[in-house]
Amino acid sequence: MISLQGITKRFSGHTVFKDIDLSLAQGEIIVIIGPSGTGKSTLLRCINFLERPDAGRLQVGDLSVDTQHASRADILALRRRTAFVFQNYGLFANKTALENISEGMIVVDKLPKTKAHARAREILERIGLADKADAYPASLSGGQQQRVGIGRAMAANADVILFDEPTSSLDPQWVEEVLSLMKQLAVERQTMIVVTHEMQFARDVADRVVFMDEGGIVEQAPPEELFTAPKDDRTRHFLRKILAPTGQAVP
Amino acid sequence: MLNLEYMWGLLPVLLRYLPLTLQMATIAMFFALVLACLLAVVRVSKVPFLNGFSLLFISFFRGTPLLVQLFLFYYGLPQLISALISITGVTAAVLGLTLHFSAYMAESIRAAIVGIDRSQTEAALSIGMTQSQLMRRIILPQATRVATPTLMNYFIDMIKATSLAFTLGVTELMGATQKEAAGSFLYLEAFLLVALIYWAIVEVLSWGQRRLEIYLNKAYQR
Repeated sequence: MISLQGITKRFSGHTVFKDIDLSLAQGEIIVIIGPSGTGKSTLLRCINFLERPDAGRLQVGDLSVDTQHASRADILALRRRTAFVFQNYGLFANKTALENISEGMIVVDKLPKTKAHARAREILERIGLADKADAYPASLSGGQQQRVGIGRAMAANADVILFDEPTSSLDPQWVEEVLSLMKQLAVERQTMIVVTHEMQFARDVADRVVFMDEGGIVEQAPPEELFTAPKDDRTRHFLRKILAPTGQAVP
Repeated sequence: MLNLEYMWGLLPVLLRYLPLTLQMATIAMFFALVLACLLAVVRVSKVPFLNGFSLLFISFFRGTPLLVQLFLFYYGLPQLISALISITGVTAAVLGLTLHFSAYMAESIRAAIVGIDRSQTEAALSIGMTQSQLMRRIILPQATRVATPTLMNYFIDMIKATSLAFTLGVTELMGATQKEAAGSFLYLEAFLLVALIYWAIVEVLSWGQRRLEIYLNKAYQR
């Protein structure tokens, strides 16, 4: 169970979003959509404390943190319960694929190296990169790098994986392999929150789609409902704009 | 004409002082690296108070000549701190070299740290690493690679700068040459020979530097 209560973020006087409430059950998959610059990524980063929220309460599993008074220990505990997948992968350039995945288990979870490597190999198997264990990020394709990024998030054994536009900086030919890995995780009921512009992915995978605009959640509903019968004008306008060129059914 | 026979005979005499020169340089390099890393991390993380101190430290030791600093430590400070009266020329030279070069090296290490892309920092923090784990495991190893060519240059510079220790009465390579030349009056031969010795050391080091860079770059081959 993850919940955000009254999460507010300001950047030097400008309010990015205010009083955001959002909760999801274990195993639930939420996709957040909306125009650029509405604070979707910032919201995601607040959950992991990569951005410090200015107000609100975050609850992940049995951990509840008042974001205004979060101690260093609270932040570390929160980060251990929330894994993050970055738009630009953020792989450690000095470490192999295997080490990228095992690093957190060794340093943060204090697993013995052999055990961490064994688990990392299992994960490499699952993400289809068993043969790339000793490859450095620079020698991997964008798609492979992002799969390692997802593998690293899987290794954290977190309550939720947060995906921040995981396919946005990929060449088109690599998008599918990353999305299909994410679908695989969805089938396994990995709890996740995904910020993306991949509407088809949202339709196929999300339990609930959240539409954000102008620093707030406008509406949220199961994909079939939100995509076919959006209640708010802004949602309709956004969907029309983003879906029209792809020839998909327009609400 | 050059008295080659004299030079040939002088070579083993001078080489006896090579260990001292190399010792001073390596010890000073070791401490300078440690100090430079600390200064750089303080600068990057903007540690309150210490950051200001680092700035002042770097400004002073980059802003004044090494020779002046050496004289200050050896001849000047004992006047103020009586415990330093017994400071040896070697100690003063190592101290001066350490502080002087650490100021330069701190700046290149800082630049190397700042140059590591931000996404790796965020990724490390996102999986729950602490600031110091992030520094030790992710940032510094990569910054090392970036900074290595410059740091090797400083090391080369430092080996040559040990020759200034002779002004503090230390008989190292340069000091020994000076004495030998004064005895034989064959200045050209003596100083030419010592120049060749320094040059040879630096060439060996440059070779080592290239090997080291190849090793450090292995993670970045496409």
